Amino acid sequence: MKRALVIDDEPLARMVVLEYLQQFSDQIEVLQECNDGFEGLKAIQQHQPDLIFLDVQMPKINGFEMLELVEQPPSVIFTTAFDEYAIKAFEAHAVDYLLKPFSKDRFNKAIEKYLAQSPAPAQQTKKTEELLDAVASSPAQHERIVVKTGTKVKIIPVQDVQYLQADDDYVSVFTQEGSYLKNKTMNFFEQMLDPRYFVRVHRSYIIAIQQITRIDPYEKDSHLAILKSGAKIPVSKSGYVKLKGVLGI
Amino acid sequence: MVTPQLSPSKLYSLFVACGLIWAGLLTYIVHSFGFIWYIALTDGIVNSILLAAACWLINNNLRYYQPGKGSYMNLLMWCLILAGICTAGFRGIIPYLSSSQAYMNFIANSLTIRFCTNFLAIGWMAMISMLWYSQLDHKETEKRRSEAEKLARDAELYNLRQQLQPHFLFNSLNSINALIGFKPDEARRMIHQLSDFLRGTLKKDDQLLVPLSDELQHLNLYLDIEKVRFGHRLDTEISCDKHCGEALLPSMLLQPLVENAIKFGLYDTTEKVTVSIRGEIDGNNLVVMVQNPYDPQTSRPKGTGFGLRGVQRRLYLLFARNDLMETHQNDNIFTTIIKIPQVI
Repeated sequence: MKRALVIDDEPLARMVVLEYLQQFSDQIEVLQECNDGFEGLKAIQQHQPDLIFLDVQMPKINGFEMLELVEQPPSVIFTTAFDEYAIKAFEAHAVDYLLKPFSKDRFNKAIEKYLAQSPAPAQQTKKTEELLDAVASSPAQHERIVVKTGTKVKIIPVQDVQYLQADDDYVSVFTQEGSYLKNKTMNFFEQMLDPRYFVRVHRSYIIAIQQITRIDPYEKDSHLAILKSGAKIPVSKSGYVKLKGVLGI
Repeated sequence: MVTPQLSPSKLYSLFVACGLIWAGLLTYIVHSFGFIWYIALTDGIVNSILLAAACWLINNNLRYYQPGKGSYMNLLMWCLILAGICTAGFRGIIPYLSSSQAYMNFIANSLTIRFCTNFLAIGWMAMISMLWYSQLDHKETEKRRSEAEKLARDAELYNLRQQLQPHFLFNSLNSINALIGFKPDEARRMIHQLSDFLRGTLKKDDQLLVPLSDELQHLNLYLDIEKVRFGHRLDTEISCDKHCGEALLPSMLLQPLVENAIKFGLYDTTEKVTVSIRGEIDGNNLVVMVQNPYDPQTSRPKGTGFGLRGVQRRLYLLFARNDLMETHQNDNIFTTIIKIPQVI
């Protein structure tokens, strides 16, 4: 028996999924319906489902942002009405998606495909993560970073970000209010953030160029960027070249 | 006419140089009539300073006021008056600086010719200024026109896509799909609402002025569909009295505002959302206020895309005023206010 969640902000849209799922009631059990990403996140942590039906456009945090916060995402079948960019990403990463309104036949196909391949959840997780990396570089995702602090979800507008620091498998996002950990790579953030405002100045650092007050020479070939907050960020030789390019000096 | 663009500082030095040459020339002429250098120089300098002041005055006037086709006579009069003032001023000042009787006689005899040269110089300045500023004006107009054309093209493209509203349309169809199963009557009603709304959108002519009550009726179709989609989360308040319902506004002007309010209200918060639309008559204006809750923490930065900007541009193109739309954000409420002048 597979355990599933339905996450969509429109009640009628959830109803369609539930209705179509009745045919598979001996194989798939719906644990809960969720109204938005926050509820979805909580339910995923609580139930550790095998499969989620996920709407992309939802209040506060969208489906992709919600998935970013899940440690080991379950298999996902996306449901969306219209989002050119997301559809391109789904196709590129062979993640299954349903375009609303979808037919019973199309839905059955998605379920059968899932049931047939489900013995390999690790592979599904990898696919989902690749998809999230691809979506991260879409213009709509440039504007904020969604992080989890304890059980709460915090949305950081990118204007509030001072710098990011690599921290083992995580990245620390530093803001005026403190730092937040996010289970992503530096490459992910380098892709996601607008290169006009954020520069990767070091293997382990990305800084917001607005925050720089001055750049001092430091040791051989390297520099230190002093930020408004007083933080001193190492700048590597190649990082310095990049920084000079962006600042136009 | 192609004139190389000169920077203001260069123009200024050119003006000063002309003044100096003029002063030099005058000095030389007066000296050649047999007066000592001191007198000649005083004559040259005083005359040039007065003339420069007059030129500056007329140039400045023309910068802010371009005479129309009929008012060239006016300009001519101005030149004559300024030339007169210049000459009279010169006549008044010189006795304080020199007391030579021969020179006084010379001035008395030369006043007419001085008046004429002053008039010519000021007239010349006026002509150059006029050409210069009308050319600048022309460039500005040209720029505005090409911008307006580009805007119209963008708006047209946006409208085309907007008429379809794929996101709204597909989600509505999806809701109907759900309703068919267990509430076929409601499904049927929603199909009719959706058809009426789409038909209304297609039929509308952007150029037309429509009564507010018609516009609100059309908006209500849209809001009813959204209410079905979002269930109990969406609530609307519409207030508009009879008098106000008769006021005219460009058709489809409110639609983007309400869409924006719904988008921000529903996608920025997870709680219940009330979108309110209020119409009022204020003097000669129809004032429409659209309010929605929003979350300042997570709201996307200002400039909420084509929706609001498009409304502002349309108002500008229709009424040539930039102050007809304003937005306020406080206490988690986002307010958009538009004023539509009632043309009688």
